[in-house]
Amino acid sequence: MRYAMAIDTNKCVGCGDCVVACQTENNVPHGYCRDWIVESVDGTYPSLSLEFRSERCNHCDNSPCVRCCPTGASHIEEGGIVTVTHNKCIGCGACIESCPYDARYSHPDGYVDKCTFCLHRVQKGQKPACVEVCPTKCLHFGDLDDPNSDVSLAIKDRKWKVLAPEAGTDPQLYFLT
Amino acid sequence: MKEELFVSGRNIPNIDPYLNIWHWQIPLYLFLGGLAAGILFFAGFYTVRGKANQMPATVKLAPILAPIALVLGLFALFLDLKHKLFFWQLYTTIRLESPMGWGSWTLMIITPLSFIWVASYMKELIPGWNWKFNILERFEALVIKYRVALAWVMMIYAIILGVYTGILLSAFNARPLWNTSILGPLFLVSGFSTGLATIIWISKDAKERKKLSRIDLVFIFVELFLIVHLFMGFKAGSQTAIEAANLFLGGPFTVSFWVFVVILGLVFPAVLETLELWGYHVPKWLPPVMILIGGLMFRFIIVEAGQITRYLY
Ligand code: SF4
Ligand code: SF4
Repeated sequence: MRYAMAIDTNKCVGCGDCVVACQTENNVPHGYCRDWIVESVDGTYPSLSLEFRSERCNHCDNSPCVRCCPTGASHIEEGGIVTVTHNKCIGCGACIESCPYDARYSHPDGYVDKCTFCLHRVQKGQKPACVEVCPTKCLHFGDLDDPNSDVSLAIKDRKWKVLAPEAGTDPQLYFLT
Repeated sequence: MKEELFVSGRNIPNIDPYLNIWHWQIPLYLFLGGLAAGILFFAGFYTVRGKANQMPATVKLAPILAPIALVLGLFALFLDLKHKLFFWQLYTTIRLESPMGWGSWTLMIITPLSFIWVASYMKELIPGWNWKFNILERFEALVIKYRVALAWVMMIYAIILGVYTGILLSAFNARPLWNTSILGPLFLVSGFSTGLATIIWISKDAKERKKLSRIDLVFIFVELFLIVHLFMGFKAGSQTAIEAANLFLGGPFTVSFWVFVVILGLVFPAVLETLELWGYHVPKWLPPVMILIGGLMFRFIIVEAGQITRYLY
């Protein structure tokens, strides 16, 4: 099993619903967020291109954050979901330094926090909160090993990219372009 | 032109706009670790070579500072932790893949070794010292008997510790400035040089100081060579590496790095040490103090600048 997410950058309008849904669902402290939206403008006027990306932890297959954790607090759950066990984390910050995507932050309570792909919901057969609320239905979540899952179908006939593949972490967020 | 904006208003403390999760604690920890590694290495080195009596400051006196530096370093590391109550979790697992993990274990081994080393010279340093308990006296006799073996172990661990202070940073692929294998040897050499500087400062024996100054000059020379090499490597690298180098070649760290670390922390003390070897009078404390401040600045700058560098996408 390999959980992954596809983000349709052509459909995303940058409304930020996914960000608010995550903050609510996961009780993210004020001023912090586990997902965010990047607006990327490329080119020179008048030939400009615009891209919206809803970004979060890439749940990398080759995750440096898990490798550099001295206590094993950062670990890989079923389906490749990368999470942090709060009461094992000493807050050393190594994993934050190791993430090429700056997807982790230090929670005011001391431990390190990040996107969990809403593991608690996924285990109940539900979708992550961000996927559930997206009004344009541009987020697709599921098991890449299952050819009929939402995410497999979403990337099947589309061009996609991953961010900073040269960082070598084998990220699992697929941006449909 | 490419412009990327967080339209959802991301402004997480210590992450945005630049990563800055490691503050003063980590560079201080790296500095103290390198310093202790340098002192312990040379204490071991001259013991193994049977020169303990010709090099009293190196072998007997300066090592007192090593356990102090190591304990302070560990304390700085502890202060860096944001979830302090769970500190002990560091020592419930051995994770060789994590530099932070094996580094803290290395410290756990070399710190007691340094205490034992100092303890074995207590009687020579403080006349009339006695251990009060018979078992301690017997332990001391044992240590003195096997001092050369201990010196070997200490030298090896000193090298591991010295290299570790660089590898802790170089293992982070995500930070292009750190992600170079030169950082290990560079931090090792720089750490040993700060150790030497401390011993030179402490030593009262002209011959000993002369000998150490000569070695220190070699270390400074190698360090300068590695720094040039570092930037050549970056300049020949990918865009991320070039941008990392540019922070120091015209960017915000240019003055602090080249003036304070390279000129005042390396070149100038090297010139002073050379003049001293030629017989000119140079205040004894000046070159060591400059090297120590330079070494400390070096670590502060590398830690801070490294966190700014990142992958571009
Ligand atoms: S995106 Fe960052 S935090 Fe997430 S798995 Fe990859 S390296 Fe780890
Ligand atoms: S901050 Fe916590 S999760 Fe991250 S590397 Fe340190 S112990 Fe592991």
